[in-house]
Amino acid sequence: MATAVIQPSTVEEKLIQELGYDDHFHDHHHGDKYQSNFITTYVFSQDHKIIAKQFLITGMFWAIIGGLMSLVFRLQLGFPEESLAWLQPVLGKWIEINAEGVGTLSQEFYYALVTMHGTILVFFVLTAGLSGTFSNLLIPLMVGARDMASPLLNMMSYWFFFLAGLVMFFSLFLSTGPFSGGWTAYPPLSLLPEASAGSGAGMTMWTLSLVLFVVSVLLGGINYITTVLNLRTKGMTMWRLPLPIWAFFITAIIGLLSFPVLASAFFLVMFDRELGTSFYLSEIFIGGQALDHVGGSPVLYQHLFWFLGHPEVYIIILPAMGIVSEVLSVHARKPVFGYKAMVYSILAIAFLSFIVWAHHMFMSGVNPFISNFFVIFTLIIAVPSAVKVFNWIATLYGGNIRFNPAMLFAIGFVSMFISGGLTGIFLGNSAIDIQMHDTYFVVAHFHIVMGVAAFFGMYAGVYHWFPKMYGRFMNATLGKIHFWGTMVGAYAIFWPMHYIGMAGVPRRYYSFDTFQAFGHFAEMNKFITVAAILVFAFQILFVINFFYSIWKGKKVETQNPYGATTLEWTTPINPGHGNWPGKIPAVQRWAYDYGKDGEEYIPQIMPLKEGEHDGGH
Amino acid sequence: MTALLATLCIILIAVIAVQIGKVTELASKIRGEEDTQERSNRTTSRWLLIFMVLFLAFCVVSAYYYKNYMLGYGPHEAASTHGRSLDRMFNITVVVTAIVFFITQIALFWFSYKYRQRKGGKAIFMPHNNTLEVVWTVIPAVVMTFLVVGGLDAWNDVMADVGTDEEVIEIEAMGYQFAWQLRYPGPDGKLGSRDFRLTDGTNPIGQDWTDEANLDDLHPGEIVLPVGKQVRVRILARDVLHDFYLPHFRVKMDAVPGMPTYFVFTPEKTTEEYRQSLREYAEYQIPDPNDPEKQLWETFEYELACAELCGTGHWSMRRLVRIVSQDEYEDWLDKQQPYYMSTIYGSDNDPWPIDGELPSIVEGARQQEFTDLLDGAMNAATDEERSFVLDYVTFETGSAELTELSKKYALANVVESMNEYPDLVVGLDGYTDNTGEAGLNLELSQQRAEAVRNYLVEQGVSGDRLVASGYGEANPIGDNATEKGRMQNRRTEFTVLAGGFTAEAETTTTEESTTES
Repeated sequence: MATAVIQPSTVEEKLIQELGYDDHFHDHHHGDKYQSNFITTYVFSQDHKIIAKQFLITGMFWAIIGGLMSLVFRLQLGFPEESLAWLQPVLGKWIEINAEGVGTLSQEFYYALVTMHGTILVFFVLTAGLSGTFSNLLIPLMVGARDMASPLLNMMSYWFFFLAGLVMFFSLFLSTGPFSGGWTAYPPLSLLPEASAGSGAGMTMWTLSLVLFVVSVLLGGINYITTVLNLRTKGMTMWRLPLPIWAFFITAIIGLLSFPVLASAFFLVMFDRELGTSFYLSEIFIGGQALDHVGGSPVLYQHLFWFLGHPEVYIIILPAMGIVSEVLSVHARKPVFGYKAMVYSILAIAFLSFIVWAHHMFMSGVNPFISNFFVIFTLIIAVPSAVKVFNWIATLYGGNIRFNPAMLFAIGFVSMFISGGLTGIFLGNSAIDIQMHDTYFVVAHFHIVMGVAAFFGMYAGVYHWFPKMYGRFMNATLGKIHFWGTMVGAYAIFWPMHYIGMAGVPRRYYSFDTFQAFGHFAEMNKFITVAAILVFAFQILFVINFFYSIWKGKKVETQNPYGATTLEWTTPINPGHGNWPGKIPAVQRWAYDYGKDGEEYIPQIMPLKEGEHDGGH
Repeated sequence: MTALLATLCIILIAVIAVQIGKVTELASKIRGEEDTQERSNRTTSRWLLIFMVLFLAFCVVSAYYYKNYMLGYGPHEAASTHGRSLDRMFNITVVVTAIVFFITQIALFWFSYKYRQRKGGKAIFMPHNNTLEVVWTVIPAVVMTFLVVGGLDAWNDVMADVGTDEEVIEIEAMGYQFAWQLRYPGPDGKLGSRDFRLTDGTNPIGQDWTDEANLDDLHPGEIVLPVGKQVRVRILARDVLHDFYLPHFRVKMDAVPGMPTYFVFTPEKTTEEYRQSLREYAEYQIPDPNDPEKQLWETFEYELACAELCGTGHWSMRRLVRIVSQDEYEDWLDKQQPYYMSTIYGSDNDPWPIDGELPSIVEGARQQEFTDLLDGAMNAATDEERSFVLDYVTFETGSAELTELSKKYALANVVESMNEYPDLVVGLDGYTDNTGEAGLNLELSQQRAEAVRNYLVEQGVSGDRLVASGYGEANPIGDNATEKGRMQNRRTEFTVLAGGFTAEAETTTTEESTTES
């Protein structure tokens, strides 16, 4: 038995040995029956850290696909006169070549690309790739658990996501094209193959894929919630949870409550398509004949969709907010300002996210009186959001800030969140939304606030926790180049779109030449397209840096390279299955004791001194 | 080959990137980590500051540069009454958010710069500050309250439907893949009823032609409206969702199949006035690329667009919108022909007459037609022009029995005119086609002409003024080889014999009546 005891070499290890909680981990797990060969270790792994990496790398794969799609349609929008014939070897019949040899993107495929870009980025990248990655990686490590509550369900969560991706990927190769009715898939367009080629087999596979995805989210969500509630280590009260964990926890609850509604909306879609019901269809004349469907309502779908759809944007942004709060605090060497206010604002945002969905539907023909309530609740969200922004800025105030790529992306996140959040105040006000609805102003708003900002949160997380994932650092110089390219480039893409939107140009237009009012911005569209290509190139730089660093990055030499307080930095440099080799650390204080009492940082496992108050009081 | 080159380029860039990474790592080892860290902190924090200045400058300069293209600024103020209140809300929000934007962005980047890590530097311990937090919760809450109240005030005003006693022009727009079908109510001011099941190639909106309110409805190719009059647009969709979007008027509303929606607005500027307001601006003094003879401001038009994804042609659903003076509007309306009259009337899809009744619009049209023909005949210079066919006088098949419709409408018009012009003496000439025996045809035509005369006499027209004659198959006006031609040949002609307005009329009539007797 004596050989099983690990000799403590650092202060942290000593503390764990002395004060930690002994769950007789090694007695049970001798020989690790769960990870006995390559397949069970790296493919069908039940280790939350491996699953996190699987989510991340799959998310990166989809981000590249989705990003490339946006470049193709941006080329069409920015350079409609230029020939795209050179894309024909890849896109085949979707590039239509005229008699002079000039190739243009087919309209059908333009809309398919727009639709797929949205679906992939929202669900596969920013939901699975962001929340899936960091909830999996950080929840057990930060709450002091050996793994998720149910490693099996956790593994299934990933593989359902994988399956969803597989179905979506195959739909790209259908002869009628993938689904092309917008990522919101409003009926009747999405229900009727007569209305659009992509609404045939493309839509069938799209719905199937997303139902599988909902299953994945639910399995993951149940696990995150259970783990946070039940597997916190000794001393880890809810008020001692690091902010990312609060964010992941609340995100999982939101997902659990809203994704089933999306699934039910999709089941009704399937019934209407396959069984001839009329939930969403009424009084339609198409393809030369009147359909039998009467009595349904397309607006019902919009209610069901946005009942998920709006919480979904918080499912995307809350994890990023949590990550950013942590990264800002660690690298500013200061406690996050107003920890409790941060938690309460997450709770407030989560609650409000369920009662604002119809602000996407001001112009849908719903009773204008109802919109009053949705305007009020929507604009109330600005208050907790503003509190968060002020608190982040206050976290920087008086700090001792280290500028590594993680910190830069966290600062960039705050800048993006301010810019994109403020335009939400325009759109949430129904009177202004009359003009702005479905214009490029909306495109600019949501790309900045939940696209770019969420990506920045994700990058901050990847750069920050890469050492915990792979035992190496990502290259900081490349990381900074990546940051500056993305920061400048993302604003270059999306800032001008506000002006296009303010000129009233509608989104989802294949060409702007038909209308006098919309044709003034050819130069700006070129500029945006060029910026998009450059930004994409900078993301490739990130991918190179990522994979290069996995094998060749600078090695992590100390257990706690950032001098951070949270539990993940008390694990070995390369934690194995079970995370801590011996006892589980016990938590003695809150997560943000930076700069307290002259100490640079005090880890959570350090006991409180006599008379010391916990939690920044 | 290109693909190969592209791949090589990407690989090359990757290699360069990796090398940069390696070199900087090595350099930091040589210089000492701490030194490098401090140096790079200093550089990065400066770059953050520079970025902030450039970014904020870019925001201001670009906004100024593009202001004359943006709706609500420069020349592009709203062209509708309610649009002004929306623009005002927009501008208030711009001011409020711009203040917050500049304060927070400057604080963010300035603090990042100021509190960069230095050797031996220490962060302050400031976990929270209740006063501060209360202040920056309350301030946004108060500002939001003002924006909400202002916004909802405008919203409820804009979205209110018209009251029953208000004067309003109601028009209809139906979106379909990929165009807009427009409908105006016509003189009765009512849009007729519709049912999507009635839609077909000649009935784009599915109008119920048995509803008389439909028969005078117009299907114009553009929206023309008088300035300063309240308009209610009824918005429909035929197949999928569309959105009725008039950018210059701040009008936008989804078109939903099975659920008509509406938007009420009042145009405030005519197309011409809007052009004049653009004229001052350099951006609109350049030649129009589509019409290089003219400048952009001269060719400006209001437009109707679709703002809800509806399929591949979503981007092309344009209709012209013209705002004109009341007089021009009325002129335009007068020139429009009801869709029923131009396309449906008399076709296989025309359900009229129903229960022996013709719709009043048809009755009116026929009356007008008869008056015009009679007028022509009475003013005619030559004999041929003095005759015309009574198209709507018909008989029961194979007999000389007048149909009820002929009596009720066509002959009622004749009676009326005979009473109006007491001097008028007319001939009623029956003709047949060439089927059947010539003798019988002659007899039938004579009987039919008599039937008309008798009916008119019954109605109080003096028999002296009516000369009935039958000509059988003679003088065919159509080709007897075709059904259409034969139909034309079976006819009753009306000839002004005396009492016309031209001098010669007197003499010729006498001659003709002589021949007859």
